[in-house]
Amino acid sequence: MKKLLHILAASLISSAPVTGSTAEATVSDGKVKIGVLADMSGVYADACGPGCLEAVRMAVDNFGGSVLGAPIEVVSADDQNKPDLGAAKVREWIEQGQVDAVTGLVSTAVTGAATKLLTANERIALIVGAASNAFTTSECSPFNAHWTYDVVSLVAGTVKPMVESGKKKWFFITADYTFGYDLEKAATEIITASGGEVLGSVRAPLGTTDFSSYVLQAQASGAEVIAMANSSADLVNALKAASEFGITEMADVAGLLVVTTAAKAMDPSVAAGMNLTAPFYWDMDEVTRDWSARFKARSSVSIPTALHASAYSSTLHYLKAIEAAGTDEAKAVMAKMKTMPVNDVFSRNGYLRRDGRLVHDMYLVRIKGPSERESENDIFVVEKTLPGDDVYLSLEAGGCSFALNRQ
Amino acid sequence: MSIFPEINLFGLFSQLLVGMINGSFYALLSLGLAIIFGLLRIINFAQGAFYMLGAFGAWLSLQFLGLNYWWALLLVPVGVGLLGTLLERTLIRRISGEGELYSLLLTFGVALIVQGLFSKWFGVSGLPYQVPELLQGGIRLPVMYLPTYRVWILLLSLGVCLAAWLLIERTRLGSYLRAGTENPQLMKAFGINVPLIVTLTYSFGVALAGLAGVLAAPVYSVSPLMGSNILIVVFAIVVIGSMGSIGGAILTGLGMGVIEGLTKYFYPEASATVIFLVMVLVLIFKPAGLFARAA
Repeated sequence: MKKLLHILAASLISSAPVTGSTAEATVSDGKVKIGVLADMSGVYADACGPGCLEAVRMAVDNFGGSVLGAPIEVVSADDQNKPDLGAAKVREWIEQGQVDAVTGLVSTAVTGAATKLLTANERIALIVGAASNAFTTSECSPFNAHWTYDVVSLVAGTVKPMVESGKKKWFFITADYTFGYDLEKAATEIITASGGEVLGSVRAPLGTTDFSSYVLQAQASGAEVIAMANSSADLVNALKAASEFGITEMADVAGLLVVTTAAKAMDPSVAAGMNLTAPFYWDMDEVTRDWSARFKARSSVSIPTALHASAYSSTLHYLKAIEAAGTDEAKAVMAKMKTMPVNDVFSRNGYLRRDGRLVHDMYLVRIKGPSERESENDIFVVEKTLPGDDVYLSLEAGGCSFALNRQ
Repeated sequence: MSIFPEINLFGLFSQLLVGMINGSFYALLSLGLAIIFGLLRIINFAQGAFYMLGAFGAWLSLQFLGLNYWWALLLVPVGVGLLGTLLERTLIRRISGEGELYSLLLTFGVALIVQGLFSKWFGVSGLPYQVPELLQGGIRLPVMYLPTYRVWILLLSLGVCLAAWLLIERTRLGSYLRAGTENPQLMKAFGINVPLIVTLTYSFGVALAGLAGVLAAPVYSVSPLMGSNILIVVFAIVVIGSMGSIGGAILTGLGMGVIEGLTKYFYPEASATVIFLVMVLVLIFKPAGLFARAA
């Protein structure tokens, strides 16, 4: 008996370093570590925030908790939408925490700071929330994967039909930072190209509660459409002011980035009938409903958003790519990510392009009126599928230098 | 007109009006702060949280008790005031005499906890609350469409501010309040219950925030973050008007609302910072505040 124990112990001891070294050979530091950086408590917290963290954990659990024999660890931080805070956290994660990839990345300003650091240190950025298209064009990087949407795809389905239906005069209420400017610019290009004109715009600081001054300026411009180049709580407050000052009766309001949490917070009678472009809707089909039910069961979100599903999808794809590449080395993983198709609950007909853009189907949806809603989360009707290649900027038009040079 | 060719007088007037309405919110909130600081020397950083609780009180009492706006307007400030009583009796009292900084830290901590709990329970996207039927619609002025509810906010806040000012500056009760904080020992000798006065004053100041919260519920989203958004601005206003000056807080609140409104018209990018700019200027040139009484 004693001898048997000795043999057992010896075999355990001798086998341990062997498994250890295989993992080390392929997975750095013996584990794969994913950081979730997002606004966990401010205006964007419901859109991504703690829900995105849970979605990443769900992807890890669905993957089995380990890859290539190494455990997968998830860490998170609240960037409070401040680029300096976000950058400090990412630096700490890279230097002390051995983080291999960072996801979440909601505010465009924070994402800009974070992706620069990640690229310099050859770590992967799975961008879920930020909407600026700079991350795959002017500031593109071989380490960026931009998952959910970008400003071009968000305005693609919404703006053109409105201009063509005769709503030619537009006015923008724009969030006063890069995201807002980029969204306004992308929409303006489509408006002018379709024969409309932009009468003016006003830039409101992020987190403004009272938009009455801005909607009055929009009204004074005589515009037929007031476009909201903002999102989340800002969008809800702006729409509230527009309806209070009677503007919704005189002009159309176009929400350019409407996440389901914001749509839910809007007054249904005001929001009813608004058309918008969405990358995902929880109640789209059996697959999304099933995923959303499982997601809701394990998180405290009131309604799953596109960002939650996207955080899940991007994490899962990243882990699959590590498995396929046989290593967690960033360049090899990214190469695999760009060759494997992405078809899951979030991404349909999706593929990660050379410039880091996930091209996938988007949807033209309409916000339901109060009488159409069967439950509190019954908000959108999906009216049309917009194929990814039609709504995203082409690789050539984007002009990402490293992606074009490789051709 | 040549410098600002885009100025439109009608537009300007409507911005002034909107600024004044926002200013009346500031006045109501900074009045509560000024009362609490002026009489009790407590820097109440929980004022924003109580404002948020006022708005949530209105929303919750509609959802779960079926109480409409008018009942909420009456009962919620009382409820919020009672929460203030609880806070004062259980926590703030323990640090009385420790200095103003301690009250700042304590109330700030309480505010963060309350805000965190509400964010967890209700999310940050905001909850819709309807304008009461009686105050729906608006008046079409030549310059703008003025929602009735905004007029109501302006009138009610100004009325409450005036009443509070009269109560404290012009009545016997007010003189007890002021004397009780000026020289508590002497007042105790006269048989006045000073601790009770302190509790009542704190509760009243906090109830004003609760009232502002109920007023805000139909126009702003009912959101856990609404308090922290407005708190810093309101503190700047109290500093500009002179810490503890009740009339100063009211006038500065209105004035800053107007300045912010004008900034939103001429240079909206600076609208979030203009009040702090004024604060810096005031601190440089008149550090005691615009309405400081001669010592």
